[in-house]
Amino acid sequence: MAYDMKMDKQKMVVVEGSYAVAHAVKTCRPNVISAYPITPQTHIVEDLSQFMADGEIQNCEYINVESEFSALSALVGSSAVGARSYSATTSQGLELMHEVLFNVAGMRMPIVMTVANRAVSAPINIWNDQQDSISQRDTGWIQLYAENIQEISDMTAQAFKISEDKDIMMPSMTCMDGFILSHVYEPLVLLEQDITDEFLPPFRPDRILDPKNPMTFGAFADPNFYTEFRYQQEQAMQNALKKIEDVASEFYDMYGRHFGGLIDEYRTEDADIIIMAMGSIVGTIKDVIDRLREKNVKVGLLKVRAFRPFPAQAIMNVVRDAKVVVVLDKNISLGMNAGALFIETKSVLYNTDIDVPVIGYMIGHGGRDIPMSTIEKIIADAEEVMRSGIRTESQFTDLKEELI
Amino acid sequence: MKSISLLAPGHRGCAGCCDAMAAKFTLMGAGEDCIVVSPTGCLEVMTTPYPESSWDVPWIHSLFENASAVASGIEAALKALGKQGPKIIAMGGDGATMDIGLQALSGAFERGHNFTYVCIDNEAYMNTGVQRSAGTPYGASTTTSPAGKVSLGNPRLKKNMPAIMVAHGSPYVATTSLAYPKDMIAKVKKATEIEGPTYIHCHAPCTTGWGFDTSKTVEVARMAVQTGLWPLYEVEDGKVTKVRKIGNNKRPVDEYLKMQRRFKHLFTMEGGAEEIAKIQAIADKNIEEFGL
Amino acid sequence: MKIVPGAICEAGTSRVNKTGGWRTFKPVYDYDKCIKCKLCELLCPDSSVRPKGDGYFEFDYNYCKGCGICANECPKSAITMVLEEK
Repeated sequence: MAYDMKMDKQKMVVVEGSYAVAHAVKTCRPNVISAYPITPQTHIVEDLSQFMADGEIQNCEYINVESEFSALSALVGSSAVGARSYSATTSQGLELMHEVLFNVAGMRMPIVMTVANRAVSAPINIWNDQQDSISQRDTGWIQLYAENIQEISDMTAQAFKISEDKDIMMPSMTCMDGFILSHVYEPLVLLEQDITDEFLPPFRPDRILDPKNPMTFGAFADPNFYTEFRYQQEQAMQNALKKIEDVASEFYDMYGRHFGGLIDEYRTEDADIIIMAMGSIVGTIKDVIDRLREKNVKVGLLKVRAFRPFPAQAIMNVVRDAKVVVVLDKNISLGMNAGALFIETKSVLYNTDIDVPVIGYMIGHGGRDIPMSTIEKIIADAEEVMRSGIRTESQFTDLKEELI
Repeated sequence: MKSISLLAPGHRGCAGCCDAMAAKFTLMGAGEDCIVVSPTGCLEVMTTPYPESSWDVPWIHSLFENASAVASGIEAALKALGKQGPKIIAMGGDGATMDIGLQALSGAFERGHNFTYVCIDNEAYMNTGVQRSAGTPYGASTTTSPAGKVSLGNPRLKKNMPAIMVAHGSPYVATTSLAYPKDMIAKVKKATEIEGPTYIHCHAPCTTGWGFDTSKTVEVARMAVQTGLWPLYEVEDGKVTKVRKIGNNKRPVDEYLKMQRRFKHLFTMEGGAEEIAKIQAIADKNIEEFGL
Repeated sequence: MKIVPGAICEAGTSRVNKTGGWRTFKPVYDYDKCIKCKLCELLCPDSSVRPKGDGYFEFDYNYCKGCGICANECPKSAITMVLEEK
């Protein structure tokens, strides 16, 4: 269906992306926020701290923990007693959380965490790519990627609603490109308190730690049970495929804004070339598409909004009639010479009746600028693939050969 | 009649298990209106094989190194939700407390969360097979500090954990022993009633890891106190306010060491006598320092 | 049974696991010597010493693992460990 965006100009303000997220978190009425500062996530937690200092978040405690490991660990405790729980991090902090990420998902705690995507050390680098969250794809967290600050703001409320659903009860990462979105000032409609109170009911889990009805959380499961707990997690992820779509539609009905459910499409109806990407790069790609469409290049965009659960069917539906699929990845699986979105897109098309060439470009690592000309060059490559087949399946983009 | 224990039977602890006793005493001190956090370790594994639990109070395990952070989150959440009341207890072994969980513990104490941390110190990583920890005492043979041709066991002194917690500004730090359960129960009760982060360090002899008969858990614990190797004291707001005097019951350390397989090499190997003398010096220093 | 997502257990359910079978020696009371000091009840790591209602105690052999701490610590030697007959 087509979504007619109803952006109320009267409600629009110009704020920093991090402020938009902090404001959205506040609007979701969290009970416990626990975070450790790390660039470029800092403005989010600073803004939340200021809200706390000004008494603007009721019934909430902010824990200034001593590490990201403890940031998320504290939320295991808070979530277990029935508190809506939030954190934000990036890069090294997210990697430090690795063990806790699995734990949170396995304990089925619907924590929401913003990840201001950043490259991973070494070499240490504070700029944007998506290696950090992509590296956590197997931990059992729902992962949503935002295109702009309006989307990451709105996504915050959606993530709580998806995660806290009784059929899901899985944590969510809402991912925004570090600096590019976290530090940009753009006009948006801040998440509306009155609508959000209706959209997002209070968190009321079925089971909590309570002396009046004592229960045991975090038991160990031997080989007789472990598989079934894993299966339940996968079932919850599959349930999330529909829930993410439903919540995006419901959000549209109530707020009038929509940036896609599992995926979003731009000018794909008749496209021969389909570019797939996640995050803020989507904006650049749309501009390039508009320019090339004027030159009658049949190119469209498949924006992947949910990377976990992976929207296999939605992707298949879009690329079915394309002549070439181009996947852009701000990450790399070292030793595979390819990015994760490329690898997984290729894998879901195998064993199907869809026969379309897929090529991959690793791009924008460690904050390397992605000019429109680079996207245009990639699309020119794709046209060549349509004519004469794949020459290079997956490659680095804008590699400075002279430095190697 | 109702059991005095909030730790149900049927747990998989070894016969004579120190963890089970420490947990039982802790819960007797805390009462049933509490929430317990345990890190990974013997106590966790033996009490919660899914779908069974030995806990008659709400209990949570997350990971090995984060019990204090989990407790912080529970405390903050209860405050935010207006549900204050339940006492919050984190209870874990020496490895989870003194080694891998020290950062989270330090952070939680620095932040001043209102909870009580109980370290059940059996002086090695028992759950994984008696490997050395920061709690392992001088001269003890463990599987990763074994006595051998050129080794007389663990070459380092036990980390002085209670002093570290006192340095955090905790309003109440106390040491306890399984041989003095009423003392331990009273100290836990006191700790949970004091506002702020409080710390109990319980000396807990492990029949399996230390190598003594299952019936001797309490006897060995008592001997540690009577030699001066494990002084029992309370520190309130940084000041030692109470010590348990040994007086005429004072025993030489070799009587304590002789009871345990982990110190056997000190009695059979060349150089053992010198090592025993060093351990005696540790006890004597404690006796002097605390006026035991 | 159906598993609960997140591996959440009900309280005190390990009571289904009767650990009495682990025992080699079993404790037996001599009530003539018992002074009802309650130390055995206090120390038992397996919560297997139950009050009888008359001030004396009895062992719950369903769970007693036969560690012998009660016998070792009894101030009046009122508990004897005897070889379990199987």
